[in-house]
Amino acid sequence: MQLSQLRGRPVVLVFYPADWSPVCGDQVALYNELLPEFEAFGAQLLGISVDGVWCHAAFAKDRGLRFPLLADFEPKGAIARQYGAYQEPEGFCQRALVVIDAAGIVRWSYVSPIGVNPGADGILSALEQLPSRASPAR
Amino acid sequence: MSHLTPPVSAADHHQGPLEGGLVLVEYGDFECPYCGLAYPAVKAVQRTMGAALCLVFRHFPLKSAHPHAERAAEFAEAAATIGRFWEMHDWLYEHQDSLDDASLASAARHLGLDQALIDATLRGQYAAPVNQAFRSGVRSGVNGTPCFFINGLRHDGPWDADSLLAALRRVP
Repeated sequence: MQLSQLRGRPVVLVFYPADWSPVCGDQVALYNELLPEFEAFGAQLLGISVDGVWCHAAFAKDRGLRFPLLADFEPKGAIARQYGAYQEPEGFCQRALVVIDAAGIVRWSYVSPIGVNPGADGILSALEQLPSRASPAR
Repeated sequence: MSHLTPPVSAADHHQGPLEGGLVLVEYGDFECPYCGLAYPAVKAVQRTMGAALCLVFRHFPLKSAHPHAERAAEFAEAAATIGRFWEMHDWLYEHQDSLDDASLASAARHLGLDQALIDATLRGQYAAPVNQAFRSGVRSGVNGTPCFFINGLRHDGPWDADSLLAALRRVP
């Protein structure tokens, strides 16, 4: 997948450490629940971790996830590194959130401490403030 | 990030004095096993803190993960209309393995909800306040369940009784 394929609508990149977090109501479960809120902004949500495709498929099926999970698996962490969201030496993605506007410009990003699930309030505030959304509405 | 929005008010389900003391807000899901674990911890905190603490409960049902959570929350709202919110709250956390509609209706009947109120609840009459609480949680930075706020700030640490008490005692 190329991000440019999604040009024309905002994109939310959600980097997270690993599938199969033992906590229920974890980050991806929360965002899955909030998809209508993101869709209200026309935004596409993408989850990214270093887990492989088959791991993602099993995880998505088990949790009933309704948004894509991307595998930053080979070369490992290459996408996360481009966003400065790769954690060494542990070798997984940090909990980083990136909001990209419809023109493909990064408008907001946030890295949460690894043990702290960042929630969704920052993403929603960033989507509200996207200029592409503000200008036609006013 | 992660400030309670909107702040606690008299409209919230609360136990203890709203003014002048510590306010512990829980965003919870009645079908979430972690919330079930937190339930006795919160009770212990209330026993220790007594009147110095106000406990507030707001709904945060993760309905994709927990198919009965939303209806359970709606029954708590229905119980609130006859002043039995906390009794229903406690029953739900003490019976997390029996949250199907028939069990909820039966529990509600025991708590004094009449058939008309039970039927209305099963038709979704109390969906709005649950949804409103959920949305407030989203805007407040709730990041899973249970999620606690102490005097308006999200508590990111562990939530066993000792940890919650320590966090409450750290409030200046």
